[in-house]
Amino acid sequence: MNKATSHDGVPLRERDIKTIVNAGLARRHAAERRFRWYGLIAISLGLAFVVLMFANIIGKGLPAFWQTYIQVPIHFDAAVLDPEGNRDPQTLASADYGALVRAGLRQTFPAVEGRLPLRALSALLSTDAAYELQRRVLADPQLIGAQQEIWLLASAAVDTFVKGNIDRTLDEANRPIKDQQIEWIDQLRAADKIERQFNAVLFRNGDSREPEQAGIRGALMGSFFTLLVTFLLSFPIGVATAVYLEEFAPKNRWTDIIEVNINNLAAVPSIVFGLLGLAVFINFFGLPRSAPLVGGLVLSLMTLPVIIIAGRAALTSVPPSIREAALGMGASKLQMVGHHVLPLAMPGMLTGSIIGMARALGESAPLLMIGMVAFIVDVPKGFLDPATVLPVQIYLWSDLPERAFVERTSAAIMVLLAFMILMNGLAILLRKRFERRW
Amino acid sequence: MIKDKLAFGAVAALALAGAVHAQSARDYISIVGSSTVYPFTTAVAEQFGKANAQFKTPKVESTGTGGGFKLFCGGVGVQHPDISNASRPIKKSEVETCAKNGVTEIVEINIGFDGIVLASSKKNQPMPLTIKDIWLALAKEVPDASGKLVANPHKTWKDVNPALPANKIEVLGPPPTSGTRDAFVELVMDHGCKEFDAIKTLEKSDEKKAKAACQTVREDGAFIEAGENDNLIVNKLVANPNALGVFGYSFLEENLDKIQGETINGVAPNFESIADGKYPVSRPLFVYVKKAHVGVIPGIKEFIAEFTSEKAVGDDGYLGRKGLIPLPDNKRKQVATDARSLKTLSL
Repeated sequence: MNKATSHDGVPLRERDIKTIVNAGLARRHAAERRFRWYGLIAISLGLAFVVLMFANIIGKGLPAFWQTYIQVPIHFDAAVLDPEGNRDPQTLASADYGALVRAGLRQTFPAVEGRLPLRALSALLSTDAAYELQRRVLADPQLIGAQQEIWLLASAAVDTFVKGNIDRTLDEANRPIKDQQIEWIDQLRAADKIERQFNAVLFRNGDSREPEQAGIRGALMGSFFTLLVTFLLSFPIGVATAVYLEEFAPKNRWTDIIEVNINNLAAVPSIVFGLLGLAVFINFFGLPRSAPLVGGLVLSLMTLPVIIIAGRAALTSVPPSIREAALGMGASKLQMVGHHVLPLAMPGMLTGSIIGMARALGESAPLLMIGMVAFIVDVPKGFLDPATVLPVQIYLWSDLPERAFVERTSAAIMVLLAFMILMNGLAILLRKRFERRW
Repeated sequence: MIKDKLAFGAVAALALAGAVHAQSARDYISIVGSSTVYPFTTAVAEQFGKANAQFKTPKVESTGTGGGFKLFCGGVGVQHPDISNASRPIKKSEVETCAKNGVTEIVEINIGFDGIVLASSKKNQPMPLTIKDIWLALAKEVPDASGKLVANPHKTWKDVNPALPANKIEVLGPPPTSGTRDAFVELVMDHGCKEFDAIKTLEKSDEKKAKAACQTVREDGAFIEAGENDNLIVNKLVANPNALGVFGYSFLEENLDKIQGETINGVAPNFESIADGKYPVSRPLFVYVKKAHVGVIPGIKEFIAEFTSEKAVGDDGYLGRKGLIPLPDNKRKQVATDARSLKTLSL
């Protein structure tokens, strides 16, 4: 409405307009207030869910960062470890370290007799205790013959009990830890020989079926190798594609079709890329299953459209005057792009790539198809070693019967979330600090 | 841009190297298959890796029994898995697919039993169920007084059997894609329906229809598909004391402080009753080994030895502590000798 006119075309007097405006003012203000309230309610509802989710995950997962250890006097008996006395690494590796652990426990509880009680006593410690002693002796053979107080990993049942997740008033048959064991734990507590320490195992080990020995190192390395492949492939190709489409390609029906397809690909469910990866990379090219290389290839298919779209948006936001000035100074088109447009668009492109990579980090569905949903103990050392990734590790742990895996699942989620926040934070930082606005 | 080109070249070279590498060797055992057997095979794999420093720890994928056989029967060669886990015996059609792709010699190892339990929250009174009760409560169509099949009218357990409490029928169970569901249908539903004359007569006239009547689970909200994750079902049972849940025995054992297993036909699910076969709802679990790979992929023989050792599957083995129910003594010895001598499957 350019000019205030009544519906029969006669100009309204100023006073009439005022009356009409005033009459509707209260209603319009009320509508605006309502809209603000709706927005506020929507946001607080969303925030409440986020807080609930974080509180739930952190509440469950935080205890997993501490782990119960029991102090046991260990005598590195030369007669057990190295009967021939020649310090042969082969003999040292295959010695009966379990015997040392059992002897140490018996020394702590000399009153325990009989096969079954002794087994219950051994069950206080993780099966890793013997391997821990083995590692120590192999690292330092000087230990042989020495007597040391050593903190050894407690079993998952003891750990769960110490963290207060098992009710001691329950009927003995209904809890994984028996009356006798509770008695021993109480004695250890009184003697200050049981304590919670930072759970370094979680960050040092690969997967394990014993909750107290399970770690996310393998999954982290798997994620690292997978994302490295994804980045090395999708970033250069994505940037090159965006530059070509935006700066060089003629605008015709073909480029339109390509553009529609790229936008489409960005919305395709990720499991489809998994099927494609299975058919092409594994069945046709014969690449090994479960390898981070294949995972990276599949995830780069998924990330490419995101990077291309973000890259094109970043390129269009560079004003044409920059291009014209460069061309005017006699630069070739490639020089214009390489020296001027691309550097100016780079922060936006990087932001888009990081967000795409963060999405790839959290992806598990396409990896189901290519065999990365697997139990892998050895930490992967390269692009072809069998590996799994963090979100898949979370999925696998959530499905296991042992109670102690519940808190480890949440702990793994916390680590994944930390990486997500880090990456998205980096994206925002890049945008804030380097992006130029015209 | 030159840097970008270099990076691309590097990755391309890497991919090529990978393809070459993949064809030349694999120095770890590759295992696929059932998610029910996964917790047991992984435990053996870990032990095997720790005890034998000269071998790498096997890789165990959780693909489901059917998916596992599809990969396993893909052919002979390093790109195909060596071992497949299964929560049911291999089917004839799968053996045929295997043979067509050159996998002719398969070693079957029965590793033990898995019980399937119906459990509820401890807050609830225990309900002594029979297989007949369960079928009457969960079948889509049940015979009425005249023997005609009608849509299941039962709302509470009391409607099914007057001796049971008047609790709403609410059973949380796995979806049809799950092996646990297959076993539940086969062991409970298929047996429950046979207690009715109407179904028996129907079976004589129209076998297909009788089978469908036996196996079809009602869809009116009494049976709730709660997903593959058994931990989730346990949590839901605690939140909803009236509901029953269907899952593997190992989940009952881990959560005995929160849930209880219902007796079925008067037998409570526990280690002993499943082991001696008194508990009616249990199934054998298997591992299948490709004989052609023994000696090609390092460690398969030793892995079989570990899997059939008393230390693992014995009465007091570490798999028992993970919820696997061991075979009876003499059967176990037989299985171990057959497996170690790589006796192949004959159908």
